[in-house]
Amino acid sequence: MLEVEDVHTRYGHIEALKGVSLEVRRGEIVTIIGANGAGKSTLLMTICGNPRASAGRILFEGEDITELPTYEIVRRGISQAPEGRRIFPRMTVLENLQMGAVPNGGRYFEEDVEQVFELFPRLRERQHQRGGTLSGGEQQMLCIGRALMARPKLLLLDEPSLGLAPMLVRQIFHSIVEINRTRGLTILLVEQNAYQALRIAHRGYVLATGQIVMEGTSAQLLADPEVRAAYLEGGH
Amino acid sequence: MSLTPATPRSAAGPLDLPARLRDAGLAAFVAFMLFLPLVGFRLEGAEGRLGLAWRPDWVVIGTAAVFLGHLALSIVRSLRPRAVRPAGAGPFGRFVSRHALWLGGAGVAFALALPFLPFSSRYVIDVATTLLIYVMLGWGLNIVVGLAGLLDLGYVAFYAVGAYSFALGYHWFGLGFWEALPLSGALAALFGILLGFPVLRLRGDYLAIVTLGFGEIIRIVLLNWVQVTRGPNGISGIPRPTFFGIEFTRQPAEGELAFHQLFGIDYSPDHRVIFLYYLILALALLTNVFVLRLRRLPIGRAWEALREDEIACKALGINPTNTKLTAFALGAMFGGFAGTFFATRQGFISPESFTFIESATILAIVVLGGMGSQLGVVLAAAVIVLLPEFGREFEQFRMLLFGAAMVGIMVWRPRGLLAHREPTVRLHVRGAHEERPR
Ligand SMILES: Nc1ncnc2c1ncn2[C@@H]1O[C@H](COP(=O)(O)OP(=O)(O)O)[C@@H](O)[C@H]1O
Ligand SMILES: [Mg+2]
Repeated sequence: MLEVEDVHTRYGHIEALKGVSLEVRRGEIVTIIGANGAGKSTLLMTICGNPRASAGRILFEGEDITELPTYEIVRRGISQAPEGRRIFPRMTVLENLQMGAVPNGGRYFEEDVEQVFELFPRLRERQHQRGGTLSGGEQQMLCIGRALMARPKLLLLDEPSLGLAPMLVRQIFHSIVEINRTRGLTILLVEQNAYQALRIAHRGYVLATGQIVMEGTSAQLLADPEVRAAYLEGGH
Repeated sequence: MSLTPATPRSAAGPLDLPARLRDAGLAAFVAFMLFLPLVGFRLEGAEGRLGLAWRPDWVVIGTAAVFLGHLALSIVRSLRPRAVRPAGAGPFGRFVSRHALWLGGAGVAFALALPFLPFSSRYVIDVATTLLIYVMLGWGLNIVVGLAGLLDLGYVAFYAVGAYSFALGYHWFGLGFWEALPLSGALAALFGILLGFPVLRLRGDYLAIVTLGFGEIIRIVLLNWVQVTRGPNGISGIPRPTFFGIEFTRQPAEGELAFHQLFGIDYSPDHRVIFLYYLILALALLTNVFVLRLRRLPIGRAWEALREDEIACKALGINPTNTKLTAFALGAMFGGFAGTFFATRQGFISPESFTFIESATILAIVVLGGMGSQLGVVLAAAVIVLLPEFGREFEQFRMLLFGAAMVGIMVWRPRGLLAHREPTVRLHVRGAHEERPR
């Protein structure tokens, strides 16, 4: 479904991605784990065309989307729940969700809102509350819900567990699995919380300083001594 | 930002007098340095010669007033525990926006009845017309600054484009007001897009500087392109508006009907003044309806989202280029309409009328009103236009009073008069808690 082929991305002189290749197949949860500054967020943003890859190709459902503007890429069916959530703080929960529905013109708004509320009942209670007044966990739910409103084929999640209490992390990850199982939505999940991510993913890639250094099924990565030493020790 | 941490209690207790004296002394020193040249010296013309008069007493009084005022304020503040301001608007803002519909309706009814109220006079109508021009400009700029969050310091450029489109259109092509109106709106919108393109990537301070420059460029071109615009002399003889083709004159041209004849009433020069008033009222209300509608459409929502977080907008598939350009274009269009009205009302325009201070005034109206609030713009425009009028009896202290009022409002309501924002979507699905947004 998504093929990233030897993608390089630079910020001025800094080359944040040095030839990354990966593949996501329909219906999978694929995770990218890596330390802070490895280039995980850059990779997700590059898939969305902002910043643009300086070399390499990105194919989505066989179409080359490397040079498309971001809003066109989103319209093709790739939604992102960006790092740091980036919800609209002065707008209500409903309005935030409505912004997510922009790519399909809000045609399925009420129907899709209902689905988001079923997935995250907390958001239903808070629907008229302003985004900025939500707790961190609720903001993350809103961020994911907003991305779902576009009816994506591929959902990109950037560190959904960031700054959340362990119980909330489990809840969010549970919802991610549910989205994948019940809707068959393909998910590319970026995480520092490698253990939790690998537990729910089918496959994973390890990114270090802009390069893929390892890949395999989740079970393989979880069992790998190097991965254990670098990303799993002490972490649950 | 809105949560100010409680002032740390110093060792000297809540009434830390030495520190307060020091602060007041500092303020007094700054005031002294300002007063010395500004108040201390006065140019006086005596026997045809200019002389400098020296007024030390004024400087002393001013400085002492600042010192005591500062001291008193800081003591009062320290005695009253500082309440933590909630992030939302106060009860006033919430009340007003909850009852926006009937408050707005009452306002419109009052505006409609104004010319026939007992206290109404030509002066009242004139001031009200000026007020409505600023309300309309405020609503127009509100799209750009309040909704889309693009700080525009050169809005007066579009006002000028509108005014000059009509003046020049009449001068060169003989266009009347009603033909010129849509044309100036379109031209102003075009200029809005022209400004929009180079500033697409800019935000905040940088955007402000470029828009400021744009406003000045337009003014300077108008000033120097003498062959076309007559430069500093301005353009006079701009036709007065007609009642859809029927003139407001005592003696109409042969074979034509004048307004008073058409309605079978006695001629009065006030008819035109009142007509002008209703015209700007209609234009302003049109602007308001338009903006309110836009806010509920995807484009309006996108403006607000763009103001909040541009990166998130991109990730959600919003095209920021189009969104910003429409904000600039539509905001400019209303500025252009207002400019055309201004030209026909004055009958004479020159670049003098389109200086930076106008942009600043309009921006002050939007900010003071609470960035994005339509009723807030009306309140703020009323304060800014009416206060100097009421202040006339204070003569030369008028502007001082005005400045003090501005500072007072920003201290009392730092987020603008009406900072409350009413949400634009509600669901009618089951389970929705019918609680109001907090
Ligand atoms: N906007 C930017 N400008 C310049 N450098 C950046 C920018 N964003 C990220 N980087 C750099 O790119 C590298 C990868 O960052 P990032 O993709 O955020 O990593 P991760 O998400 O894995 O923590 C880091 O060295 C970071 O400093
Ligand atoms: Mg990151």
